[in-house]
Amino acid sequence: MSFRPLLRIVPDGTRIRFMRGRFFGVITSAIVSTASAVLFFYPGLNLGIDFAGGIVMEARTPGPADFGLLRTALAAQGVRESGVQRFGDENSVAVRLGVQPTEAGNQAMVAKVRAALEQAQPGTRVVRTDAVGASVSAELFQKGMLALGISMLMILFYIWFRFEWQFAVGAVVTLLLDVTKAIGFLALTRFEFDLVMIGAILTILGYSTNDKVVVYDRMRENLRKYKTMPLRDLIDLSINETLNRTLGTSMTVFLAALPLALFGGATLSGFAWVMLFGIVVGTASSIYIAAPILLFLGENRLRRDAAAPGKPPAA
Amino acid sequence: MMYFSRLKTALVLGACVLGGLLCLPNLMPAPVSWLPWRTIHLGLDLRGGSYLLLEVDMNAVIRERLDSLADAARTGLRRAGIVRFLVTPQPGQNRIAARIDEPDKQDAAAAALRELIAANSQGRGGRADLDLDSLPDGSFTVTLSPVALTERGNAAVQQSIEIVRRRIDETGVVDPQIARQGEARIVVQLPGIEDPGRIKELLGKTARMTFRMVAEDVNPRVAVPPPGVDFLADESIPGSKIAVRRRVDVDGANLTDARAGQNSQTGEWVVNFTFDSVGSRRFADISRASVGHRFAIVLDDKVISAPVIREAITGGRGQISGHFDAKSATDLAVLLRAGALPAPLTVVEERSVGPELGADAIRAGAISLAVGFLLVIVYMGVFYGLFGLFANVALVANLVLLIAVLSLFEATLTLPGMAGILLTLGMAVDANILINERIREEVRNGRSPLNAMETGYRRALATIIDSNATAFLAHVMLFFFGAGPVRGFAVTITVGIATSLFTAVMLARMLMVRWYAANRQQPLPV
Repeated sequence: MSFRPLLRIVPDGTRIRFMRGRFFGVITSAIVSTASAVLFFYPGLNLGIDFAGGIVMEARTPGPADFGLLRTALAAQGVRESGVQRFGDENSVAVRLGVQPTEAGNQAMVAKVRAALEQAQPGTRVVRTDAVGASVSAELFQKGMLALGISMLMILFYIWFRFEWQFAVGAVVTLLLDVTKAIGFLALTRFEFDLVMIGAILTILGYSTNDKVVVYDRMRENLRKYKTMPLRDLIDLSINETLNRTLGTSMTVFLAALPLALFGGATLSGFAWVMLFGIVVGTASSIYIAAPILLFLGENRLRRDAAAPGKPPAA
Repeated sequence: MMYFSRLKTALVLGACVLGGLLCLPNLMPAPVSWLPWRTIHLGLDLRGGSYLLLEVDMNAVIRERLDSLADAARTGLRRAGIVRFLVTPQPGQNRIAARIDEPDKQDAAAAALRELIAANSQGRGGRADLDLDSLPDGSFTVTLSPVALTERGNAAVQQSIEIVRRRIDETGVVDPQIARQGEARIVVQLPGIEDPGRIKELLGKTARMTFRMVAEDVNPRVAVPPPGVDFLADESIPGSKIAVRRRVDVDGANLTDARAGQNSQTGEWVVNFTFDSVGSRRFADISRASVGHRFAIVLDDKVISAPVIREAITGGRGQISGHFDAKSATDLAVLLRAGALPAPLTVVEERSVGPELGADAIRAGAISLAVGFLLVIVYMGVFYGLFGLFANVALVANLVLLIAVLSLFEATLTLPGMAGILLTLGMAVDANILINERIREEVRNGRSPLNAMETGYRRALATIIDSNATAFLAHVMLFFFGAGPVRGFAVTITVGIATSLFTAVMLARMLMVRWYAANRQQPLPV
């Protein structure tokens, strides 16, 4: 006996003419990315404590938290009313403060808030304290951006090294569009942008590149196989041939990230939602952005380069 | 490619079994002590604890160095017979400036300063720490070279780490980790500590203790202290100042022990201390010469107490009394035993997590991991049939190997790290999906089953490597530039990518080949 697959995502021999929708795809992407760029400046990203500095403390009160009491007690320490909020269940309180002018001031504030909380509702315990000074947050931000930038460059060089330059340009332009959308998503949802989010964006980058590489691999192979097929048809053919794989892998990564979004708790859920968004965007951009860019870059050059000797054989 | 020798099969299975064995330490204690028993460490965000990032005040280090250099320069100039001069430290330019107001002594001054430089460059292969220059207005400058600055900074950080370790050890924290980070920072990790308040307090004090004479002839209420005298805050009378000679008679570095105790007569909390031989001798000399006068015990530029010397103190033992309670007396004893920091430390980052919050995080991570794993396995079974099951076996092996490698390196698992494991598993099946889709295509192109598997694997392999390499590179960058828990994420993903290449390509293929050898007549279940 043999256990055959029960379902297929798309039937064999599917021939969707994706390139017909290329202008629609690219224009939609351009609009969404432009909107994201606007969102990046207004309202801007909700910088988390890693990058903005400041203090976040989480406390558990013995009974239901008395917010009136806590807010009054903390107001005496200069904490704004909006800085004291419920966090999860009714016994949990989160206190947020901006970064203090000096490092010592930051630390003094932590001690003051702790004391005020413990006094206002006796039995209250501070279960989490994050305090990041101005110099550290500035450094973390720089390093995070550096990690993003260098990763992009390395991806560019890798694809350039393994493929023709048109593919590298196509992949990196697509990645930039993907990343701007993820940033727009972050600005819109107000998820905190912190180091973990940089991790999410890098994962999206890696995953999205992976997707493009597979489609490009097939295109390169087909360029050699069908010497006379018009590029437009050839791109359509390549996308269709890899469609089951593109959607299949997106599904598995999506399924892996979904429980993180649902059960991962405060730290991971924002991260996972951005991942999920990135997976959808990355899959769509493999089909509608990365491929049309190649079409725009031109058939002649691609064919000449692909036929040139000394290139690695197609996979 | 589609042939697996017995040896190769044994190697692949052996690797998986070895991986399983390496995972065991995480589940049970070592049965015998000689076995290398390496486990994954839980990050502070999962087990609860406190992470402190301390910064050594490098400006203070330089300032102190320049102050002592200025002192040495003054002594040297005086010894050269120069009387009218002014030496000022200029910390902004890392130098001291010496203005000589006796025109005929310029050469003598230069010689004296050159001598000072030579004395400070001993044993360093003639490489000068200090550079002598003369300014257009006729004054001299002695500048610390960049090399000297770096060395001085390094020494200060190393010494600070040692003192920090001693102070933390005194508090009884189990398994603290203290390490240098970058140029001027120290990372302190304190497992199980939810409120590091006391430790921050202990680390926040330089605890430089000095014994100096009180300048009894100086009125501390005048505006500017005369040369050689400091006006220091008097701890016993808030708001008042006391005039203390700048000259240090005995330094806290000469203490060998300090203990908190209670004075048997008054019941007051005190700190009893013992000097080493040098300290004992000096203290004896000073006290003998100054009976009836006051000396000051100065801690971090504050006078703790200023008793009158009643008789020569020769035993090398002493007692500090001054408005202590049990806690402050114990803390001071701890600080004195551990020694003084070379420069003040500031906490620039703190992350503390209570143990129950860590337990919550572990639960959230474990539930997500279990559900995600299950979803991927069901998906692969439904969409890829038997070969999907092979991929699932490879996936389980991947998880085992991933845990094995993390244990072997004694890596730290954080909450983002758990997310990384899950995402790796989601992405690892990509290789199997690529291979299966390719084999299916080759079958439809009319190839024989064996040929289809062979071609499918060969063609998919390059794609698999390309697609994994980019993800791998991105996360290596995250590891190098990231900090804290997110590095745990980068670690699990990079290790997971590496192990998944092995399981998805080697193990799943082996299963496929073995299955085919047993079921030659059947069409491939793709």
